[in-house]
Amino acid sequence: MQIEKNAVAGTLESSDAMVTVEPGANGIELEISSSVMNQYGRQIRATVLETLSRLGVSEGKVTVVDKGALDCTLKARVECAVFRSCDKSAAGIPWGGAIK
Amino acid sequence: MIKRPTPERFRLRRTMMFMNAQKPGLIKDAYIYGCDSIMLDLEDAVAENQKDAARFSLYHALTTIDYGSTEVIVRINGLDTPHWQEDIRVCVAGGADGIRIAKCESAQDVKTVEAAVLAAEKEFGVEEGRTLLMAALESPKGILNAYEICAASDRMFGVAISGGDFRKCMQTKFQRDGVDMLVARGQMLIAARAAGIQCFDTVFTDLDDMEGFEAEVRQNKAMGFDGKSLINPKQIRLVHEIFAPTEKEVLQAEAMVRAFREAAAAGIGVFTVNGKMVDVAFIPGAERTLKLAKACGMYEGDLV
Repeated sequence: MQIEKNAVAGTLESSDAMVTVEPGANGIELEISSSVMNQYGRQIRATVLETLSRLGVSEGKVTVVDKGALDCTLKARVECAVFRSCDKSAAGIPWGGAIK
Repeated sequence: MIKRPTPERFRLRRTMMFMNAQKPGLIKDAYIYGCDSIMLDLEDAVAENQKDAARFSLYHALTTIDYGSTEVIVRINGLDTPHWQEDIRVCVAGGADGIRIAKCESAQDVKTVEAAVLAAEKEFGVEEGRTLLMAALESPKGILNAYEICAASDRMFGVAISGGDFRKCMQTKFQRDGVDMLVARGQMLIAARAAGIQCFDTVFTDLDDMEGFEAEVRQNKAMGFDGKSLINPKQIRLVHEIFAPTEKEVLQAEAMVRAFREAAAAGIGVFTVNGKMVDVAFIPGAERTLKLAKACGMYEGDLV
């Protein structure tokens, strides 16, 4: 998939993360801020990059504001933001395929 | 991926707690509260512009979080919305135990959902027939059609009334003695029993009025409900206490089942236990009491 326009998913509530995606042409530019950056920063980065790679996203600016989200929540927010950026988040999601 | 055990159509469902599928803070550890079932909500708790996000969140919760023996049901959006079909796809793909059909008004509504569930089971390679269904009756029409709804599918395990919407339709509001919903509850219970499925009461929304809550739960139990929908973990314990059989009931049930099995083997049909007449008609009720007692930790025998 390609990030086609700016899109956001998630909230700033505890245990959640807010993920913003924007179109770009210089590979993945990932910016993370987290309340648990020192403990989990590396894992958050790995989860986000892995999720983007599974969706076939290779370019764009991705901003994550993490409030202590579990991996499964991070994945859900990244996926939703990417699908929203393509106007494809409402139906026909490849559950168990690219989403897993 | 968490592989949930095959759902049981008939199991203990005293408490069914609602939680917003869009809120990670709520759903990540919902199994710790000890309710029999959790109801992850894609419908009214989720804002219209977050329906998509709630599904992604739900899918990963279902496939990542080990809810153990807590049953996981999902409330999908109504058939008059653009959301319900994708809701069903995500429920089936994620392996939810069952789906609650909101605003159900006819057997056709159940069949419409069932067809979509079957299509999703085929699409995602899930065992056909695995996903259970229950219906929420929220309108006068739903109550009038309760029996055809209850009997509409072999997947149906239960039916529930939704008080907020129903009272609105009936131009009444909550009454402490339950008179506002007495007929509706009664009709739904009769329909559920006639169809051989379970029956659940609506939520009690005033969390500060524990006295009113207790009175309602006692009335639910007296009317014959299997359980109650809840909105807060603090409501769980009281329902479990009230729905538990008394020690005396457990002892009597045990004596009845044991005596019946011995008598049946000896060719005797009717006999007495502790001065009470017992025949075959009493036995299913006594066995149900023992199963409930077992689930509540009050009975450890091997009769059930």
